[in-house]
Amino acid sequence: MSSPNPTGTRTLQLILAWSFVGIPLLWGVLQTLRNALKLFQ
Amino acid sequence: MRPLSFLDRERTVAGPGFSRWMVPPAALCVHLCIGQAYAFSVFNLPMTRLIGISDSAPGDWKLQDLGWIFSLAIFFLGVSAAVFGRWVEEGGPRRAMFTAALCFGGGFLISAAGVYVHNIWVIYLGYGVLGGIGLGVGYISPVSTLIKWFPDRPGMATGMAIMGFGGGALIASPLSVWLMARFSTGSHIGVAETFIILGVVYFLFMMVGAVIVRVPAPDWQPAGWSPPARPRKLVTSANVYVYEALRTPQFWLIWWVLCLNVTAGIGVLGQASAMSQEMFPGKVSVVAAAGFVGLMSLFNMAGRFLWASASDLFGRKNTYFCFFILGTILYALVPNTGRLGSVGLFVLFFLVIISMYGGGFSTLPAYLRDMFGTRYVGAIHGLLLTAWSAAGVFGPVLVNYIRAYEIARGVPKADAYNVTMYVMAALLVVGFFCNLFISPVHERHHMPAVQGETARLAAQ
Repeated sequence: MSSPNPTGTRTLQLILAWSFVGIPLLWGVLQTLRNALKLFQ
Repeated sequence: MRPLSFLDRERTVAGPGFSRWMVPPAALCVHLCIGQAYAFSVFNLPMTRLIGISDSAPGDWKLQDLGWIFSLAIFFLGVSAAVFGRWVEEGGPRRAMFTAALCFGGGFLISAAGVYVHNIWVIYLGYGVLGGIGLGVGYISPVSTLIKWFPDRPGMATGMAIMGFGGGALIASPLSVWLMARFSTGSHIGVAETFIILGVVYFLFMMVGAVIVRVPAPDWQPAGWSPPARPRKLVTSANVYVYEALRTPQFWLIWWVLCLNVTAGIGVLGQASAMSQEMFPGKVSVVAAAGFVGLMSLFNMAGRFLWASASDLFGRKNTYFCFFILGTILYALVPNTGRLGSVGLFVLFFLVIISMYGGGFSTLPAYLRDMFGTRYVGAIHGLLLTAWSAAGVFGPVLVNYIRAYEIARGVPKADAYNVTMYVMAALLVVGFFCNLFISPVHERHHMPAVQGETARLAAQ
């Protein structure tokens, strides 16, 4: 057993899994940054 | 076949070719949801107007009554992490994540019923008790799994998950505000509907994590990696049984390390908006203060990943030394930023401080793994989270009472936080010495190799 992913399917699974958590997190970060910019206005 | 047998630990053992990089997203599925707790305050004001709608009416809940919901949830987070830690460790991550999803999602649904019948005790029971148990079980569920998958980078791995807890509030806050606006009308505030949607969505999101999580096979190691022949002085290859850890001075020293680091951070985290406006009257508006709080949330989240990852390079003890030395210096300098009228320096100092607050949480599991081994690290982590509960009381109380005392004796509001900053710096000095005294756990506390192996095999 090893870490590298020999198949395209595994890579697709990884992309899906990371997107599933990454997209909401990115949305939250962008929303927060938009509010935070008011500090400098 | 038993109906819930898919939750069993043996059903989650990874097969050949499974990528360990699937496990951090599984952990994030849970932590991004339970991190919502930090954003619960967005419901407080709307819940004071459920009857009066535009203003509070007789019979509406008071803010101080609503504040207990969050306090109860954090209290039960610590208690459940301590009580259920061993069960989480031995039952496996999928069972724990499923239980956390049921409790956390169910807590929202019960709270929705509490809003509907306007009974705050139902919300205390729902979000406070049941949701709090979901927080505790969910918080510790992926920790030991990640440590086992990433023996070469345990700090980075657990930092990623615990970063999610910081990031959860960044998602929950705007999402909750948007949902409440969507369901509110001129004669109704949509808190109950928002609770129902959040409960269902969080349950499903956490279940995705429960489905994709895997534990490594007993003999698994990362490709090309082998345990160092000469382990570092403070990194053990032995295991300490969960309740035996309580009998070691190292456990209690780390308990104080966490408690003091969190006390220093959590007190100012809750007061950041008011403090920035009062220390710089006329220079920091309400809107700018909200922006400052947002920046602090981002640095809290980023610090969790960056400091924990750095601890893999520099060692846990050195990382905590950095928190305590740099934190002491920055806290002691904060009053000067007020005297200089430098908002920029004030913001910079607090962003670094809050990143170390987050880093204190995320570096902890790897520190425990170094001291007590991997076998019961999740359960020991659970016991140690009681330090968080204690700090959740100490920190805000210290900041609020010292400020009130200073104002009562005639100190201007702009200077009312100076003593608090010096007290926080002093707490970090104490934390420095607690960290200094941490040494390897004595061999008499180690599990015998045979017993450790038997327990491991029985659990896997």
